[in-house]
Amino acid sequence: MFKKLPVKSVVAAAALVVASGAQAEDATLAAVKSKGFLQCGVSAGLPGFSNPDSEGNWQGLDVDVCRAVAAAVLGDASKVKYTPLTAKERFTALQSGEIDILSRNTTWTLTRDSSLGLNFAGVNYYDGQGFMVSKSLGVSSAKELDGAAVCIQSGTTTELNLADYFREHGMTYTPVVFDTSDQTVKGFEAGRCDVLTSDQSQLYALRIKLAKPDSAMVLPEIISKEPLGPVVRQGDDQWFNIVKWSLFAMINAEELGISLENVDEMLKSTNPNVRRLLGLEGPKGKGLGLDDKWGYNIVKQVGNYGEAFDRNVGAGSPLGIARGVNALWKDGGFQYAPPIR
Amino acid sequence: MAASPSQKDNSAFSLRKVWFDPNVRALVFQLLTVAAVVAFFYYIVSNALFNLDKRGITTGFAFLEQTAGFGIIQSLIDYDESKSFGVAFLVGLFNTVLVSFIGIILATIIGFIMGVARLSSNWLISKLATVYIETFRNIPLLLQIFFWYIVVLTPLPGPRQSLSLFEMFFLNNRGLYVPKPVFEDGFGLVIAAFVAAIVICIVVARWASKRQETTGQQFHTLSFSAATLVVLPLLAYFVAGSPVSWEMPALKGFNFRGGVTVYPEFIALLIALSIYTGAFIAEIVRSGILAVSKGQTEASVSLGLSKTQMLKLVIIPQAMRVIIPPLTSQYLNLTKNSSLATAIGYPDLVSVFMGTTLNITGQAIEIVAITMAVYLTISITTSVLMNIYNRKMALVER
Repeated sequence: MFKKLPVKSVVAAAALVVASGAQAEDATLAAVKSKGFLQCGVSAGLPGFSNPDSEGNWQGLDVDVCRAVAAAVLGDASKVKYTPLTAKERFTALQSGEIDILSRNTTWTLTRDSSLGLNFAGVNYYDGQGFMVSKSLGVSSAKELDGAAVCIQSGTTTELNLADYFREHGMTYTPVVFDTSDQTVKGFEAGRCDVLTSDQSQLYALRIKLAKPDSAMVLPEIISKEPLGPVVRQGDDQWFNIVKWSLFAMINAEELGISLENVDEMLKSTNPNVRRLLGLEGPKGKGLGLDDKWGYNIVKQVGNYGEAFDRNVGAGSPLGIARGVNALWKDGGFQYAPPIR
Repeated sequence: MAASPSQKDNSAFSLRKVWFDPNVRALVFQLLTVAAVVAFFYYIVSNALFNLDKRGITTGFAFLEQTAGFGIIQSLIDYDESKSFGVAFLVGLFNTVLVSFIGIILATIIGFIMGVARLSSNWLISKLATVYIETFRNIPLLLQIFFWYIVVLTPLPGPRQSLSLFEMFFLNNRGLYVPKPVFEDGFGLVIAAFVAAIVICIVVARWASKRQETTGQQFHTLSFSAATLVVLPLLAYFVAGSPVSWEMPALKGFNFRGGVTVYPEFIALLIALSIYTGAFIAEIVRSGILAVSKGQTEASVSLGLSKTQMLKLVIIPQAMRVIIPPLTSQYLNLTKNSSLATAIGYPDLVSVFMGTTLNITGQAIEIVAITMAVYLTISITTSVLMNIYNRKMALVER
């Protein structure tokens, strides 16, 4: 009698064992086109990144990456099917071919990029690990957390960063490890732990899930680099390029001022950069194996990066996270996309 | 055999004879089956390796020597973040064994008491036992684990408002804090005395049973053994000058430091496993006792045995024959069910190894295979031990 999660891991591992070796590489694009939808791995519910709304439609910054890819490949951003995955299941699901793309607030690290047979296609959110504590604890810095019990989600880079941070500062801690972020919140609320640690964006999202959000605060320290981005299988360069450039198209669209509202007007633009992005001239879609209108479809149906950020995690959302390092490079942030030409 | 008609017929006949020989046939089919099984596994393994290689996924067990880098809340062996994944695996394994072992003992005690209670002639006791058994047997274990976890956690105060007993034991929602014994020089003498006491007990027990067989005289082996086991080490303890000091838990910073901590995850899991499995064991015990025919009771009463003697010498030895095989299954179930620990964050093998380690290293196939092999090994070991015990308890027919 195993519980649900190990069974999934076992099944996915078994799928790797028995999968036919005949599956050709460079086949993801053809497979997605022939089945008519994109299978996208997302989180099991993280507000702002991937979370179903009250009508069951998935929404969030990570979801928008999948929708952009679907718009580019199939011409319709709604042709996406979502597979909610826990942190433990995500890589196996991608390796075994259960999903076409993993867009699940996943940190880009050397090990994951090099030994799992996966490739990270870019960064759609620059994050960093932080701490949330109850205000009544009277702590104002993470350096005062010596001896604290820390609630943490199993199977994340967070677990390693936490250990590193406490070791580096000569502090001790008690890790209380749960399977899902929901359980970590419950543990935090029940007082099982003093501190909840996760990527800072998630802490803001989890904080609004608390019964009394005002009773908790996020500490200022950021203890790690967490570049989050979409992941694809290794060995399919064409698909890798498509996902990478779908994300770049969103970022470039923001930079060029192309948005959901003005995209049709922009078709009349004389700016060559705009015309190239919208597929009116330049390399168009041939190199990626896509329709020439792929860039137009992304902006028309999903919007540019700035719009996606704003409605999902930014000022236009309950999370209200500032753009900060996720602003465009020309506004002092890290978001920088190679040119489409 | 009948006389053979001619030489030529004979050879054809012998070939047919070989073909229809049941032994030969059995051998052929067995060989074919083994070949098929081997071919199947060869295909599975080579296919997996081919696929992994093609997808650029690293394989092998080298990851076990890499630094783990993550913390584990409860460890029976020396562990910190700088140890390897191999050590983390052992930590998880020992945590699984610990909760299973104590769980088996508690479940057996609960089960035997409740099983006998259900047969009690006292209406209240038997009905209480019935309610216990029917309630806990029929609720899914995962729900019970969550229930106990919440029950253990929620009513308890935070560390600064801990409940305390003699300022030595503290209970809060982070766990139960008890003093930790620190062994000093000279404690070896106490251990030596304890071993000596065990040896004496064994010798006395042998002598007593031999004497009973030859002369019929009985000896109070049990009370003698208990006294020896307590008095001898105690004597050594004082002779060596009390070589044990106690490290007291003390509130420092966020929580208690020092002493031994029993975490609420462990307590909740242990309670849930023992009570759930205990309900099944109670039914097994009841069926075992009821399987001893009424004539046995009547016979022992007519022999003039007391009620205790009757239970000890007649009923229980015969009931055990019926009880042990299904009891083994319950022990195995308890061990396997302990993997539900992940749900409440107890660091068992599944949580530490198939959770964190799998995710950090991404070696899904290796880790799932190792984990399965471990559960198989634990289960088979339990099984073998119980089978030995079963053979000892089985009815010796003369």
